[in-house]
Amino acid sequence: MGIEPAHEQAEPLCMLTPAGERTGPPAVHIGDETQSLRDFYRDMTLIRRIDTEAFALQRHGELGLWAPLRGQEAAQIGAGCALASQDWVFPSYREHGIAWTRGIGPELLLGMFRGTEMSGWDPNEFRYAYGQIIIGAQTLHAVGYALGLQLDGLVGNDDPQRDTAVLTTFGDGATSQGAVAEAMMWAASYQAPVVFFCQNNHYAISVPVERQSRSPLAHRARGFGFEGIRIDGNDVLACYEAVASALAKARAGGGPTLIEAVTYRRGPHTTSDDPSRYRESAEEEYWESRDPIERVRLRLVELGVPGEFFTEIDAEANDLGARVREACLALPEPDLGALFDQVFTEQDPHLAAQQAEYRSWHGVSGGAA
Amino acid sequence: MTDHLALGKALNLGLRHALEQDDKVVLMGEDIGRLGGVFRVTDGLQKDFGPDRVRDTPLAESAIVGTAVGLAMRGYRPVIEIQFDGFVFVAFDQIVNHVARLHFRSRGSVRMPIVIRIPYGGGIGAVEHHSESPETFFAHVPGLRVVTCGTSQDAYSLIRHAIASDDPVVFLEPKRRYWLNGQVDTSRTDDSWSSSVLRSSPESTATLVTYGPLVPTAIETAEVLAAGGVEIDVIDLRTLSPLDLEPVFESVRTTGRLVVAHEAPGNLGLGAEVAARVAEECFYSLESPILRVTGYDIPYPPSRIEHDYLPDVDRIIDAIERAEAF
Repeated sequence: MGIEPAHEQAEPLCMLTPAGERTGPPAVHIGDETQSLRDFYRDMTLIRRIDTEAFALQRHGELGLWAPLRGQEAAQIGAGCALASQDWVFPSYREHGIAWTRGIGPELLLGMFRGTEMSGWDPNEFRYAYGQIIIGAQTLHAVGYALGLQLDGLVGNDDPQRDTAVLTTFGDGATSQGAVAEAMMWAASYQAPVVFFCQNNHYAISVPVERQSRSPLAHRARGFGFEGIRIDGNDVLACYEAVASALAKARAGGGPTLIEAVTYRRGPHTTSDDPSRYRESAEEEYWESRDPIERVRLRLVELGVPGEFFTEIDAEANDLGARVREACLALPEPDLGALFDQVFTEQDPHLAAQQAEYRSWHGVSGGAA
Repeated sequence: MTDHLALGKALNLGLRHALEQDDKVVLMGEDIGRLGGVFRVTDGLQKDFGPDRVRDTPLAESAIVGTAVGLAMRGYRPVIEIQFDGFVFVAFDQIVNHVARLHFRSRGSVRMPIVIRIPYGGGIGAVEHHSESPETFFAHVPGLRVVTCGTSQDAYSLIRHAIASDDPVVFLEPKRRYWLNGQVDTSRTDDSWSSSVLRSSPESTATLVTYGPLVPTAIETAEVLAAGGVEIDVIDLRTLSPLDLEPVFESVRTTGRLVVAHEAPGNLGLGAEVAARVAEECFYSLESPILRVTGYDIPYPPSRIEHDYLPDVDRIIDAIERAEAF
């Protein structure tokens, strides 16, 4: 797909306007566009429901914290669905939508936020690393993984079933971190198969993106020697096409790409945040009018998709909501005694003694103690 | 094969044998390839194993460690070099928040078989940030093994053991001892993470515990004292975290006195932990307070006067005599 580089773009790439009108270039990577839009609509509706339920669970005291994704559904579903099954993701902590596309459901997702798990899943099973909390650190892990793919001969074989790329996702705030600059420099230097997917949601907690950068974030790529593009991050078609295109280039040995998906964090940074202290309601209303799900609904209606389709998805979302609540309450309580076994791969005698002391203090037996 | 090798050459041989034995072993660092490292520890390895396995990296310590995390997740065993001790702090986040924790965070499903080699310590007349002893920072972090070597044999055996380990290892190389010669038996690769009793006698009246660059100093101290008719036990900790202190407890129960020596500042140093644990385990055996001989609690000094800062034979003997006289 001929997406213009960021420095030549007048506007971010848009393929589906907020009014649901199809615009921009033809889709290259999407097969049946109507079917894909139906699938995107379903995924976006479902993850919005997971998000809404998780937020409510925090307010009920069942989660310690939640980092809501509301407003970023298109960016996450578009990017996640563009992955080939062999690709890897090194995400930040808000990417519940990408996790969903990799098969990570609420049963695994909520553990970290309920405080029962440090993470909750085996990255190798889903080819999805952990929701990184240290801002930007995961981009370096992504580049290292990509170097490993190169060493394994899994890049540039003209074999789309086998060639592999890495997607790393982060926010506008992360672009100010040294780790992200180092990761981009490193990926460029070794032409590593990495796609840097930046969701510019306009705020790093309370600090607006203007404080992080005087020029569009996508322009940074040019300085590192690779292509950067800006896309409408609330347009799932643009997100899918741009990420699919960049991943294909990376798998083929074409090196890294930076994609800046311009979106908006409609909710607070986390459930502990209060956006009314730092932004105006007019701005929030503007972004509400650019909702990522509504524009797909309008387009599907125009394409003649019947009303039952939407009713069925609403019903599915209701079932999923119940599943989120049940999954949260069913998470097993963690066992501090067992954690002593996870520090090293071979147990250390001093730690084993502490473990035994802990178990004896709490009157528990069992485990490795 | 037994040979006489300088400590730095023993490390080089250990790295070479690890590269030969396991094709998942990869080396990364600044200037480690064509140049062979600023101390030549990786000399000749890029020539023989290629630029993909012995990689000259861009100048970014945080990225060297951070990309090693990704390589480890892909099944590689990265051995990375931080060129000088003071430069490791740039990579502190990656080591402490990621390398040390991923095994724990993943309930064991992700392993981090990464070796972080760091030439460390003073005594080479260097400028600032080239003579630091950062072991305490890393020893305080659960999930990291912190290892150092004071002899050519340990340099060879422990680097092999560290590379073979599935746990992350911060491997501290006493840079002023790179040229110290010693016997190396290359069949000894399977050492445990144990401390090493270098000298022991039923006649000993004190135990001297040290590690890294002060190992030769401790041996010399014992020889000087022996010439005057005083026997001491000498123990090289080798692994600084998790500590193996059983041999120290055993020795102190016999000698009744303990002196711990290290280059790092004394405040909250390894000596404090050793002293606390010995006090817990050997209280009734102690004949005197436990004494420490360490770097002073100041930033590392200008090199013209570093030998007044570094613990030496005289300061260690003074401490032993104070313990004996108590």
